[in-house]
Amino acid sequence: MSNPVAIAGVGLHPFGRFDRTVTQMGVTAVREALSAAGNPSFQAAFCATVYSGVAAGHKVLGALGLTGIPIVNVEAGCASGGAALMLATNAVRSGQYDTVLVFGIEKMPRGIIRSSFFEPWREQAGLAATPAYFALRATRLLRDSGITKEDLARVVVKNRAEGVNNEIAMYRTPTTVEDVLASRLVCEPLHLHMLCSPNEGAAAIVVQRADLAPRGSVKIAAAQLRSHLPGSVLGESTPLSGGPDENIPAASTIAALAAFEEAGCGPDDLDLVECQDTDAAREILAYEELGLCARGDSARLVRDGITARGGKLPVNLSGGLLSKGEPLGASALAQVVELNNQIAGRSGVRQIDNAQVGMAHTVGRGANAAVVIVTK
Amino acid sequence: MTARMIHDGLFRLNSDGSIVLLGSRCGECENRQFPAAETCSVCGSDDQKIIDLEDRGTVWLSTVVNNAPPGYIGAVPYGFGVVELAHGLRIITLIAPAKVIEYGTPVHLVAHPLGTDENDEAVITYAFSTEAS
Repeated sequence: MSNPVAIAGVGLHPFGRFDRTVTQMGVTAVREALSAAGNPSFQAAFCATVYSGVAAGHKVLGALGLTGIPIVNVEAGCASGGAALMLATNAVRSGQYDTVLVFGIEKMPRGIIRSSFFEPWREQAGLAATPAYFALRATRLLRDSGITKEDLARVVVKNRAEGVNNEIAMYRTPTTVEDVLASRLVCEPLHLHMLCSPNEGAAAIVVQRADLAPRGSVKIAAAQLRSHLPGSVLGESTPLSGGPDENIPAASTIAALAAFEEAGCGPDDLDLVECQDTDAAREILAYEELGLCARGDSARLVRDGITARGGKLPVNLSGGLLSKGEPLGASALAQVVELNNQIAGRSGVRQIDNAQVGMAHTVGRGANAAVVIVTK
Repeated sequence: MTARMIHDGLFRLNSDGSIVLLGSRCGECENRQFPAAETCSVCGSDDQKIIDLEDRGTVWLSTVVNNAPPGYIGAVPYGFGVVELAHGLRIITLIAPAKVIEYGTPVHLVAHPLGTDENDEAVITYAFSTEAS
């Protein structure tokens, strides 16, 4: 038995910094999604969050009198929302449940992301600085793929231009290559405006058997989560050593391959992508890891505008994390909300033509990588 | 007063103040890892032998951290990157001096005075340096 699975309703709490609790933000997103889905009863809920503490999802549903069902809190780093969506999709597809609520909530501490992942001595020794690891991956990308700092800035300009019209984004002003390169150098080659801001927000999706969902609902064709394979010193598992890794696929690559197989499609079938742009280089690296271009060929996608609005494969039409900021538990689900709205023709001034197949990608600590493919 | 090592088992401190990095080699799959561990991160075997790692290598990737990250007890800016040892083991390390170092530049292991911890105790860690020792 394998039931087609649909997105019956979506909801968002804006991303930014707010004088509200993580529970209150979750309530906003959950209410909106349930209302859009016609307030169906649901048999289970998965809540994605990293920093919200014990039973955070229970508090949100408790505030709405919606407890009694199984509620499972899911942590998979930056890919937490993708992990929760995978669990919900598989539960509906297999026939275990008809309707499952998925939501992601986060209220990030300010400043550089600090993680209990690292032993204290690694923080003391300066070997746990997140932007420094981003910078090393970026440096390798510059060397291997001929990417320049101007290309990194172009990604920021592209995404921030889209954030202008996204009402949930934290940063809604456009920028220029010159301004990005003039922002403070954090870790060579990454300047401040090339890095996303950890922040707060919530997103919710009602996952439902397609034959029960509202007419015209977008389908979930694949939802896959993968962890890292051992061996690369630059993997998101952030080990202190590794070996030659040229033949070790990244977690994002194995997640993408699994998602393409589950959906029965390939990179050429995609009309739009939302990918992890925690820093500008991370987006370009995703092009290569997800198979959107050949290894080493990503510079062309940036310089020829292929991944910009109007290009063959627009990436991060939501403005990306560079515009929205990154509330870890909510970010992956907000990507899927963006794809859903584009495919359903509900993106207003940001709407593109002929959006039929979309991919959402998140990757981070763990390592965890999630890839979701949705279709008309 | 002798300085405290940042973490037990990372390296051995010699009487002359120099250090030797300690890794482990897997008896099953030959994988080498740093720091030394009881199990192999590639094959899971617990047939692990502690080995001295090479004290020389070349810079594989390098950047500079300009602002102190949370919990860090050393000075900024500091060099940070990956050094490739002979036989291909790549290690995350502090790199001196604090500037972007070109790919392939030879470096050697040094005991690096990091700073003082919350008990005012001096702490040393490992680093690789381009400068003649």
